[in-house]
Amino acid sequence: MSTLETPAPTSGHDAAPARPRWQVVLVRPETMTLILLILGIFAGGLLSPFFLDISYILRSFTLYSEFAMVALVLTMVIIAGEIDLSPAANMALSACIFAWLQQAGVPIPAAVAVGLASGLAMGALNAFMVIGLQLPSIIVTIGTLTLYRGLAQVIAGDKSIRVPEWFIGIDKIMVAGIPLPVVLFVVVALVLGIVLGGTIFGRQIYQVGTSEVAARHAGIRAARIKLVLFLLVGLVAATAGIMTASRLGSVRYDLGLGGELQMVLMAMLGGTYIFGGRGTILGTFLAAWLLVIVSTGMIVANVLPAVQLVVLGALLIVSIIATNFIYSRTQR
Amino acid sequence: MNALRSILLRREAGIAVMIVLFCLAVGAFKPQFLTLDQLRIILLLTPLIMIAAMGQMMVIVARHVDLSIGSILGFSAMVSGMLYRFDIDWFGFDVPWWTGIPLSIAVGAVLGLINGLLIQLFRLPAIIVTLGTLSLYRGMTFIISNAKQIDRQWIPSELKGLSQTSPILGIPWIIFIAFGVALLAYVFLNHTRVGRQIYAIGSNPTAAPLRGIKVTQVTLLVFTISGALAGLAGILYASRWGFVNPSNTGSGFEFQVIAAVVIGGVSINGGVGTVLGTVLGVLLLGCVAAALPLLGIPGTSQAAIYGAVILIALVIDRTVRRQGIVGLRRVRA
Repeated sequence: MSTLETPAPTSGHDAAPARPRWQVVLVRPETMTLILLILGIFAGGLLSPFFLDISYILRSFTLYSEFAMVALVLTMVIIAGEIDLSPAANMALSACIFAWLQQAGVPIPAAVAVGLASGLAMGALNAFMVIGLQLPSIIVTIGTLTLYRGLAQVIAGDKSIRVPEWFIGIDKIMVAGIPLPVVLFVVVALVLGIVLGGTIFGRQIYQVGTSEVAARHAGIRAARIKLVLFLLVGLVAATAGIMTASRLGSVRYDLGLGGELQMVLMAMLGGTYIFGGRGTILGTFLAAWLLVIVSTGMIVANVLPAVQLVVLGALLIVSIIATNFIYSRTQR
Repeated sequence: MNALRSILLRREAGIAVMIVLFCLAVGAFKPQFLTLDQLRIILLLTPLIMIAAMGQMMVIVARHVDLSIGSILGFSAMVSGMLYRFDIDWFGFDVPWWTGIPLSIAVGAVLGLINGLLIQLFRLPAIIVTLGTLSLYRGMTFIISNAKQIDRQWIPSELKGLSQTSPILGIPWIIFIAFGVALLAYVFLNHTRVGRQIYAIGSNPTAAPLRGIKVTQVTLLVFTISGALAGLAGILYASRWGFVNPSNTGSGFEFQVIAAVVIGGVSINGGVGTVLGTVLGVLLLGCVAAALPLLGIPGTSQAAIYGAVILIALVIDRTVRRQGIVGLRRVRA
């Protein structure tokens, strides 16, 4: 395809002709995600008639909606050039704190509030270590992942803590025929999509991720933006943890174990650039559905859980290779 | 005075002081902590971590991280376990008991090499790749084992003997193996060209190729070593605990190892770290693990303590960077 390109003139900004619009749209990673999603639904439909039943897919999605919600915020963190591996452990600890408090007789609303506040505090600890102490977020969140999960184990021990009967079943509540967790996920996606794509704050996230030094010189408060993002991850993770508690009916310290893989996978499948500066909420939104289709497809096809682990791991690596490839081809 | 000062300025001094203070503090409450018996318990808690920590240390010095070692440990232990389990009719002769050792190391090396290839050829961040292979290798462990545990009766007694019998002083073989690996790592990192090149890559990845260092080959080697040592830890797991379980074996192991390495003063920014420091980090972790039951702290709090220890070590690492423990005083002032 490079045979048609003329040698670049020595000067002039308009040297390279603008790409045709269809090409720009087609090589976006989100487009790939969408195509994969359509293929997945098509393949699933051949596999089992269940897939043509929208309410079955919606019900399956409730199993992943908590991770998917956190993945949306995580996308913004990765775009800002950081990473957070701790939200799954945060979910477990927030849920354990909440469940332990309500078991000790604290009224549910207060227990929920404390659970959310503790999630916020966990986000604040991450932010303090990464922004205040200038430590790499990769290793910091490996540490806090271990710490949060460990504290959850201290609180809950090896037992599971039950939540009251009326609190159980957030996934059974329907809003216009759609399970509440799915509705919440869509609402969060819409809000974050507007924030990231249509506000000054959102554009600044991209700038921080593209070049933090340049962003700071341009007067962007990079530290403050990252602080907001880490706090937001903490808060949304705590919400997700309590939602999981309501869906499962009991809380154990291993709630959401290994969820960091799925969250990162959703962000990567959606075309978020691991080195920061690129990615969209729409991509992660589509990737969440794709992952649900793939996972549900494997369950319907009676694939062993072990094979599912292999597929998820391989999918993560393939998606990041593909995304990097697309971005390296479309670099201006 | 100058000699003393230069010793105190070394990062390892800080860890040694921490170990001594910790042991004295625990000993003040529970005098039995300061006995030789307890030393044996501490040493027995550490060999697996120490072996894998040597590999992880090289990876971190080269400015990467390997999250998949727990799964590599599980997979290679399982491969050897399967060998022992089905050894009856293999090619008509009995497989000698030690076959599992080179087999595990080789399997681990291959898995480590796969990590390295993905990271180096596609220019991907190690953390994401090894997060993916963590899941991938763990799933493979389930698949090859059909989700069944390798029970005690399948593990050869000679192999189990490695962690029970002792050549000298009542110290089991497994501890000698661990310290032997540490010694080899020391020689490799300090007295070979490739070993020094690992530090050069970690200190300045941009400058390293300009100095004629073959970054790709060295990085591949580092990940292969890390995998091979995780494999060795895998077969020793089978020796130490007498079983291999597809879901438990090695799960969460990576966090203990990373904790030990980071406590040992290996800088996460690459290029800094010594074998002695890592050994001390492992020992400190062993002391903590041994002290918990004595102090009546339930075992469920172990993970939380490891996590806290990683974070504290990170903060200390930042403060002490290039200044030794004297730096702590300067910061406080």
